[in-house]
Amino acid sequence: MTEATVGMHDDSVGSRLGMWLFLFTEMLLFGGLFLLYSVYRAKNPEAFHEGASHLNVLIGSLNTIVLLTSSLTAACSITAIRRRNTAGGVILLMGTILLALVFLIDKYFEWGEEFRQGIYPGSSHMAELPQGERIFFSLYYTMTGLHGLHVVVGMMVFGFVMDRVLRGRVNARKYIWLDNGALYWHLVDVIWIFLFPLLYLIT
Amino acid sequence: MEMKENKHDEPIVPYNQYVWVWLGLLTLTGFTVWVARMHLGNLSILGALGIASVKTGLVVTYFMNLRHEIRLFRYMLLVAVLTLFTIIGMTFTDILFR
Repeated sequence: MTEATVGMHDDSVGSRLGMWLFLFTEMLLFGGLFLLYSVYRAKNPEAFHEGASHLNVLIGSLNTIVLLTSSLTAACSITAIRRRNTAGGVILLMGTILLALVFLIDKYFEWGEEFRQGIYPGSSHMAELPQGERIFFSLYYTMTGLHGLHVVVGMMVFGFVMDRVLRGRVNARKYIWLDNGALYWHLVDVIWIFLFPLLYLIT
Repeated sequence: MEMKENKHDEPIVPYNQYVWVWLGLLTLTGFTVWVARMHLGNLSILGALGIASVKTGLVVTYFMNLRHEIRLFRYMLLVAVLTLFTIIGMTFTDILFR
């Protein structure tokens, strides 16, 4: 990494630095929710344990694998594009978007089942639950919901990047859009890496 | 409009390196589910957070390519993480000893 080789119009480092700064604000956004979760969990350990036992660990684990794999395809797409394998890069990006969709479809069935059991904000069943469990499920929907929203945004970002790849605007020499899109996606992955054990696995 | 060009001496990461990291992440995911089933009480939350931190380390270092970035990125990450820890830590000194 020598500074001497940096070209005239080359500021990809600066662009990625900006992306990282944005990701820190995202980290603090979710960090605030994790703080709420930690405090309420410390105050209601039994209720949180009871609430977590209603969640589907299988779907949670499956979605973890799906998201980790989507991070792999996103990372590999950069290698493909940089090796001038445009078709491979596009296929990997499509795979990433597809995996993100699978994640959301899983979420649809997961939430659907929980809704059927009467577990959703404002339901009569929720009103009868102890306060600690109400807090757990409220945090569960807020955190996974906000995360899901990030997955939707990530799909749009990759759709946009894929379009630029197809039009030759992102290529082996200029790939900062792909770099930053992938960085964003990996952050979405990291947030899920913490959400999964804290919501589904706590005992 | 002039497009920003990426630095040409940025190393291209081979696919197999990403695949190894991915396999490590999958293994750790299996491990965290296994640890949770041991019902270790208070230790289980520490185990879960520890494994999640290792997984995050792998993602940040390899997928997000931090190891090939200039040192400033690492300092910035350190400041951001310390800020979050300070907020959480100070809140808990209030919650636990109120």
